[in-house]
Amino acid sequence: MSKKTTDVQPPGLIGPGHSLASVTDKIADMVLTKRTPLGWWFAVLVTGTFVGILGFTIVNVFFRGIGLWGPNNPVGWGFDIINFVWWIGIGHAGTLISAILLLLNQGWRTSINRAAEAMTIFAVMCAGMYPLMHTGRPWLAFWMLPLPNSMGMWQNFRSPLIWDVFAVSTYATVSMVFWYVGMIPDMATLRDRARNIWVKRAYGALCLGWRNAASHWDRYEIASLLLAGLSTPLVVSVHTVVSFDFAAGIIPGWHTTIFPPYFVAGAIFAGFAMVLTLMLPIRAWYRLEDFITERHLQNMGKVMLATGLIVAYGYAIEAFTAWYSGSPYESYMITNRLSGPYKYEYWSLMLCNILIPQVLWSKRARSSVWVLFGVSMAINVGMWLERFVIIVMSLHRDYLPSSWGMYHPTRYDWGMFLGTIGFFTFAFTLFVRFLPAIAIFEMRGLVPRGPARPGKGTH
Amino acid sequence: MSHAPSAEPALYGLMAEFDHADDLLAAARAAKAGGYAAVEGYSPMPIHGLSEILGHKNPVALLTLGGAISGLLVGFGLEYWVNMIEFPLNIAGKPDFSWPAFVVPAYETTILFGALTAALGMLVLNGLPQPYHPVFNVPAFENASRNRFFLVIESKDPRFDLAKTKSFLAGLHPMSLAEVPQ
Repeated sequence: MSKKTTDVQPPGLIGPGHSLASVTDKIADMVLTKRTPLGWWFAVLVTGTFVGILGFTIVNVFFRGIGLWGPNNPVGWGFDIINFVWWIGIGHAGTLISAILLLLNQGWRTSINRAAEAMTIFAVMCAGMYPLMHTGRPWLAFWMLPLPNSMGMWQNFRSPLIWDVFAVSTYATVSMVFWYVGMIPDMATLRDRARNIWVKRAYGALCLGWRNAASHWDRYEIASLLLAGLSTPLVVSVHTVVSFDFAAGIIPGWHTTIFPPYFVAGAIFAGFAMVLTLMLPIRAWYRLEDFITERHLQNMGKVMLATGLIVAYGYAIEAFTAWYSGSPYESYMITNRLSGPYKYEYWSLMLCNILIPQVLWSKRARSSVWVLFGVSMAINVGMWLERFVIIVMSLHRDYLPSSWGMYHPTRYDWGMFLGTIGFFTFAFTLFVRFLPAIAIFEMRGLVPRGPARPGKGTH
Repeated sequence: MSHAPSAEPALYGLMAEFDHADDLLAAARAAKAGGYAAVEGYSPMPIHGLSEILGHKNPVALLTLGGAISGLLVGFGLEYWVNMIEFPLNIAGKPDFSWPAFVVPAYETTILFGALTAALGMLVLNGLPQPYHPVFNVPAFENASRNRFFLVIESKDPRFDLAKTKSFLAGLHPMSLAEVPQ
């Protein structure tokens, strides 16, 4: 973000012929244009319908109880926890792109970081709904927070579940702060570019009166860098803590030390797939090929390939440990995955997460928008299946064959799942229309500065 | 301001407009060399080195460190107080002071307090939110968020003198030169 880092960017990050003015106008006009694309209204309509489904499901589950869902003995964690982990994982790529790649001085993150951060926030919102409803009495959710209460009761800080409360709520808060701070200068740009007085006032209020002063930029840059530095250990801790929810249990398939790194790699894998799923259509609709260049697509493809291989290593270690442990329960867990009643889910997982991403070795595949979109959709599905395999398949057959059972999701499980997908895309649709989807001031930093014209007089 | 004739509105300062970051850097250097202290630059993106030339102080990092340390103490202190003093619970025979387990929430509060301090500290030190500021009175200033660079010498500067400062800024060959009403 700092000038020092952007002065020396390699080429390929921004199309040729761009100036400070053209970059500003192109991105600001996506928001300030009077002609809303027809496709945008269509997207609002479709995704809004799914938000309606979400509302219907939540109201029902709220008033009639979580018995409407499928989880029951022995599978007490079903779609709710699967989707919680899935959404949290998707969110992680946003923080990775905005924070870790910033610290690693990767200039190519500039054009995609804002949208990826927005994705993080919407994904965390979706994730948060699940444990909240899963408690069964969401109106008492504040009991999870350390607040003085008339019962005189307090939390047990030795439990990974309370760690999760701290990790996820910190993550949601810090992500939102990071996102908002990042948008302040761009909302000032929108204020300056807006012609309608009310639009001007709205963005003027949102940007808090930002005026591009040098002293402000200086503090702003340090604050952004610190937020990135703090988000990096945070994002790694969040999915680690989520994996502790399982690893600290004694269920075969959960009780394993590979979980933290394997969950974090899987989160980045899933998140990059979702970034591509969202950015490829937006790039095409808004003609952003100059800003989200082929180099961005290549790099995202490589990150998916690398994290996918880490995930594949995780699957291999799980199987190896199960065999090497000599425990009949552990080795049955793997036999059950390979050939039990849920074997199709397990083999689809292998197909989606290991086999299909291998096409990304080819540079030609990484350059093709359609191949990338297909692979990222496969990974979205695959990562969901991974959580299904871990959660449902471990619970449905553990130590006692007499207590084995199957999990049957109900339409309320599906309704909430489809509903959160709708909410996520709905929120993202609104974001693209009303907020700067690409960090304008950071893109200005990518514009080649060129020499100052010497000896020019007053115009 | 005493420098402006009484019939005119009070003056905040003089604003010079440039169209290149290097021109702004050069102008800031010249203004400092000319002995002006109340100088501020405005640019569409951060310009490395400008703030050092203008001599601004930046305690954001130190504040954030303080915030993070207090987050650690608050988080760990809360856990200690809850599980040792207020509500000791025997869970699976584990000691009340299970400090390794307490690391995780304390780690999160460290980051939470640090991040909030960084963001709020930056805003407070910048004096934001601030709905009104005199620089916005200059119509050309709306390009400060697009492709123009501005240098303002404020009238509160002891060396500020309308005529002299104006000719000094004109000597820097700006694209335009404007008086900023208060």
